[in-house]
Amino acid sequence: MKIYDLPDARGHFGPYGGTFVAETLIAALDELRLNYLRLKDDPKFKEELAYELAHYVGRPSPIYFARRMTELAGGAQIFLKREDLNHTGAHKVNNTVGQAMVARHMGKPRIIAETGAGQHGVASATVAARYGMECVVYMGSEDVKRQAQNVYRMKLLGATVVPVESGSKTLKDALNEAMRDWVTNVQNTFYIIGTVAGPHPYPMMVRDFNSIVGKECLTQMPEMCGRQPDAVLACVGGGSNAMGIFHPYIPYEEVRLIGVEAGGEGIATGKHSASLSAGTPGVLHGNRTYLLQDENGQIIETHSVSAGLDYPGVGPEHAWLKDSGRAEYVNVTDDEALQAFHDLCRHEGIIPALESSHALAYAMKLAKEMRPDQIILVNLSGRGDKDMATVAERMGMTL
Amino acid sequence: MSRIARTFEQLAAQGRSALIPFFTAGDPDPESAVPFMRAMVKGGADIIELGVPFSDPIADGPVIQRSSERALKHGVSLRRVIEMARTYRKEDQKTPLVLMGYANPIEQMGFEHFADTAKEAGVDGVLVVDYPPEECERLVEVLRSRDIDTIFLLSPTSTNERVEAVGKLASGYVYYVSLRGVTGAANIDTQDVAQHVERIRQHVSVPVGVGFGIRDGETAHVISKIADAVVIGSRIVLTIEESANGEAAVPRIEVLLREFREAMDRSQKTVSLGSGKTT
Ligand SMILES: Cc1ncc(COP(=O)(O)O)c(C=O)c1O
Repeated sequence: MKIYDLPDARGHFGPYGGTFVAETLIAALDELRLNYLRLKDDPKFKEELAYELAHYVGRPSPIYFARRMTELAGGAQIFLKREDLNHTGAHKVNNTVGQAMVARHMGKPRIIAETGAGQHGVASATVAARYGMECVVYMGSEDVKRQAQNVYRMKLLGATVVPVESGSKTLKDALNEAMRDWVTNVQNTFYIIGTVAGPHPYPMMVRDFNSIVGKECLTQMPEMCGRQPDAVLACVGGGSNAMGIFHPYIPYEEVRLIGVEAGGEGIATGKHSASLSAGTPGVLHGNRTYLLQDENGQIIETHSVSAGLDYPGVGPEHAWLKDSGRAEYVNVTDDEALQAFHDLCRHEGIIPALESSHALAYAMKLAKEMRPDQIILVNLSGRGDKDMATVAERMGMTL
Repeated sequence: MSRIARTFEQLAAQGRSALIPFFTAGDPDPESAVPFMRAMVKGGADIIELGVPFSDPIADGPVIQRSSERALKHGVSLRRVIEMARTYRKEDQKTPLVLMGYANPIEQMGFEHFADTAKEAGVDGVLVVDYPPEECERLVEVLRSRDIDTIFLLSPTSTNERVEAVGKLASGYVYYVSLRGVTGAANIDTQDVAQHVERIRQHVSVPVGVGFGIRDGETAHVISKIADAVVIGSRIVLTIEESANGEAAVPRIEVLLREFREAMDRSQKTVSLGSGKTT
């Protein structure tokens, strides 16, 4: 087993990651980094976090053998890590619980978050309610329109949702606006970033909080099938659910790690969100990573049927795992993801998130090429209740 | 000696501070950039900061965000902004030009190619908002080898250690951002600024400019007695936005700059300039 200990002290994963922010934010990031480094190994903090994850989130999440999907694919056995069964319905809450606890220890009474689909916004509003904190969620005005249900959920939970009108009015602009809020209000405010992106220490911290997913799998898989899987699959938007399940498996070199990006209407059409498959390195949102950009370095608009994958960048650790060859990155189209969505509904009685359906779609393809004694583990990152309107619309119905 | 250093030296000899206007190049249209620069110098500008539009201007408030969006609608790129500098340089060999923007357009162009093109066009300095000193040693090297100054931001929360690190890399001048926040936010506390500028001078040998939040002559006057340069950004961009078109903005920019210039020059400064140390 090779030792893997990235990032370095300044947040670099090879040439990626780092701290590309204006001087005005450096002190806030230093404060966060020092507090996080202190807390993460503090036995009392670890105990508190374990309690929250067990009693509030409902961990550990089970692993489920998808027998009928396996039969449908006709090859390798498909297992699902059931992050959809968490409180709030996705892996996102693993991270928001962790960061909210850091915020509490730092004495910050106000939390802010960015959100695209609304899942991270809901998970942030949830923990803010749980800990009695003020919560402001930035959301592109286009997304506010598209995700009305999640906007209402956040409001029910007591959060203020601020529509963002700048730029493309989507997730990346919401992140910009949250950063602007943070730099202005840093004295009383903690910024909970929703994925493994942003400046150091965010990519590391969000990964650490989500790696509970992979750690559980390391013990659950041998218990269930006597060994570790041959391949671990996860969808990649910003990359937090994928990093969460990949990270503990990085030293297990015989286990393939496969990230599945949103191919949208196909890479050739330009309407996709596949930063690793089709992007080039650059600097956005405080780190160096693969980006979807034009020849002048302007960030371009992205597309995916799943709002949670609709992001022009990707966490810097994925950029490093790609270049180093430790992980592979592929993409599936909107249509392929929808097919997998319907298949899982009909064959297993599980309604998956459209994001997770991307990983599932690739698992079905890959399984066909593998032997029946081989094992694929898919991170089922969330449930699909939030996607009812989108799926119905694609089928020509309105709810 | 670089054009920037020479400018500060001459001003120091006269006991004056530099007036540095900022605007987003290409706002409201690419044709206006050169007439704007001309008007700024006529109004009394000593150095011009040309903002390079970026799709994700994370450190900017709404006023400069909107200006960036207007420029991007015309497809204004880093290359195009360098061309604007080249055109203006043909008629004015004296006024230093500084490019101010975000990292990604430079990353995409490539450091060497960017530095060569900028140098050849007559650009004197580069300020990259999201390159703190620890992330841009290589760019500084590439720029230095072409005699282009790298200008850094410093903030109220910069520790002495960081100010020192910036002092080692910076040339031209350093830019003290007087606010906790984004560009164009609230008004600034001049007493607080005075204390921080004093602190910065202990670690940095180049001149110290102050900006973010200066929008009236009175503030500019006070700051000019504290700092070596006064940077005016959002106030100018707002004037451009409020004008019917680029042509209509030209005389307004000149008048605005003259107001700032006169306020700043109203009486002699009590601190010496250029040397970077108070007497
Ligand atoms: C269920 C689910 N999976 C995946 C994602 C994508 O994010 P990430 O790539 O950070 O896991 C989201 C984002 O909203 C999500 O809601």
